[in-house]
Amino acid sequence: MEYFRNIKESFKLKHYTNYIAVAAALVLFIVLGSLGALGRSDLVLLHRIAYSIVLAVSLNLVVGFLGELSLGHAGFMCVGAYIGCYFAIGISDKVGSPLLVMILSMIVGGLVAAVFGLIIGLPALRLKGDYLAIVTLAFGEIVRNVFKNLKLFGGAMGMQTYKISYDQKTLYIVSFLVVLAVLFLVQNLIRSKHGRAITAIRDNEIAARAMGIGVTYYKLFVFVVAAFFAGVAGVMYGHQVSLITQDTFSYNYSIEILVMVVLGGMGSISGSIVAATLITYINFVLQNQLSGDLAALKLLIYAVILVLVVVFSNAPALKPLRERFNFKALLRKITKAHKKPGNISDDEAEWNRVESKIKMDELLSVDFQNSKAYTPDKKSKKEGK
Amino acid sequence: MNLNILFDGLSLGAIYALIALGYTMVYGIAKMLNFAHGDIIMVGAYTVLCMLNLMGSPIVALVAAIVLCTAMGILIEKIAYKPLRGASPLAVLITAIGVSYFLQGLAQLIFGSASRQVSHLYLGTFKLGAMEINVGTVVTLVVGGILMVALTLFVKKTRTGRAMLAVSEDRGAAQLMGVNVNRIIMITFAIGSALAAFAGLFYLMSIPSVNPTLGAMPGIKAFTAAVIGGIGSIPGAMLGGILLGMVENICKSIPVVSDYTTAIEFGLLIVILLVRPIGILGKKRREKV
Repeated sequence: MEYFRNIKESFKLKHYTNYIAVAAALVLFIVLGSLGALGRSDLVLLHRIAYSIVLAVSLNLVVGFLGELSLGHAGFMCVGAYIGCYFAIGISDKVGSPLLVMILSMIVGGLVAAVFGLIIGLPALRLKGDYLAIVTLAFGEIVRNVFKNLKLFGGAMGMQTYKISYDQKTLYIVSFLVVLAVLFLVQNLIRSKHGRAITAIRDNEIAARAMGIGVTYYKLFVFVVAAFFAGVAGVMYGHQVSLITQDTFSYNYSIEILVMVVLGGMGSISGSIVAATLITYINFVLQNQLSGDLAALKLLIYAVILVLVVVFSNAPALKPLRERFNFKALLRKITKAHKKPGNISDDEAEWNRVESKIKMDELLSVDFQNSKAYTPDKKSKKEGK
Repeated sequence: MNLNILFDGLSLGAIYALIALGYTMVYGIAKMLNFAHGDIIMVGAYTVLCMLNLMGSPIVALVAAIVLCTAMGILIEKIAYKPLRGASPLAVLITAIGVSYFLQGLAQLIFGSASRQVSHLYLGTFKLGAMEINVGTVVTLVVGGILMVALTLFVKKTRTGRAMLAVSEDRGAAQLMGVNVNRIIMITFAIGSALAAFAGLFYLMSIPSVNPTLGAMPGIKAFTAAVIGGIGSIPGAMLGGILLGMVENICKSIPVVSDYTTAIEFGLLIVILLVRPIGILGKKRREKV
């Protein structure tokens, strides 16, 4: 009985909203699909949304939870797409079921991408902030350049994948199930002991190190896990298109994924899901509506929205405005309205009074020296002079 | 080794160095990665194209490009970056990416996405010993050299230049000493954008065609050059730019290697950062708790 009571007490609905939302969407679309309400382009869009969610959630692990900036996510996706689909084409004759081919190739593509994550992570994680960003960006471009010139993968013409192209009518169901699996893995990782170690590193690396957290290990771990999921997303992508070309995986694509993460809110899985869905949908619609040079309009709209959202949600001068129109605060007001005042159930409120977080720019910038924190060391030096 | 290749590499390196200076100065002073800097080159190149078609004189075109790019740099700083001063660098980076998209989209809307040829900028060639030298290359090298020397003198000798150094060293302390930090950052953007206008003209001299994404790749490569040289350091940006330009041209001249030029250039960045994480001429900063 004790055991069940514990489960009942620790059960919080908000931990499951993401699964419920994705599963509900899946059920809804399956029903719509069986009624014949989904056109071909809708199916493509659904699949695209699914792998965008995988990409955004995995990049969020690196950017939002670990606090390191990576601009090479499309590079890992590129590795996964090429290697995974090459593998899938190779085994598609021997293995009868296309579903099994897809699952096996996802695992292979993900693992190879993870190995690449390890290779690039080992040296890159010695660097911080913008340096890490530029190295990951460089990595993405290197991968693209190498795949462009490998005859094995079709060279500059791209690799043809029509042989493994999955039945479009059911592809989105598989990809939504993959999304559920990725969400399950990522959310459980974040809520585990390891997840807390990762967020501790983001909040204060030095303090985390002092607490005995293996900073290098965890950084590498997150990098590898994110690379794995990006590779899986690459294989998902390869099963829908008939031709994989390296142009797709330019740094612009990495940036698009980063934009999903930032707009959705760093460190928020639900945010990543919503932003990935929205941005993929907007891209898809605009891409179909605007052809030729009018496609520039899409770029313009995109840019203006991006700048406005980031400036509004980050500008120090707009802080009071933000607090007034805050979605979370509003939600808190509504939920707290029927709670007894003064009755704080956990020690969360106590914690919030302690300034435990350091600012993001101190984390991301190279110069820790300029932090305004009081350091006795500095003072004694000045006195010495 | 063919001397022509080295000479062209030097000229390409000078273009990279001019762009890298813009990156490194902005990074050193505003502590931000100005992703839109590459697109300022594109704006400069289109201005040169338009003015050449209208007036026909390269000098007028250059002046117009400098004026427009400088104005653009200041405007972008005022509208997009200034409100975010003190916000997280990631937010500023994303805004810079947004500005970059905006400029590319605007250029595409006005001029179309097709490449346009620029014909007036070919200055002919002359022979020096066994080498056949493009006059444009010489102009690039000479003007690029003069600009770099002038910039170094400006930063070291003038009051404004020293204020820039002070801001990059410690913004808070510089402000306490009476430096107008906002003005210094604005000047930095103006100078960086003016250099980008020069880079745009020189780029057109070597590759005479313009398209809306022209600035993206040179921009990324120049940033790579700035990091190789040690970001924040002005001589570092010059050294990194010239090194990268040389490597690029040498790689392109070797048959099998030429396909992998981009990979080699970015590989060079990774290797250098591994050996010396602060770049060749970067200053080491100690981390304190």
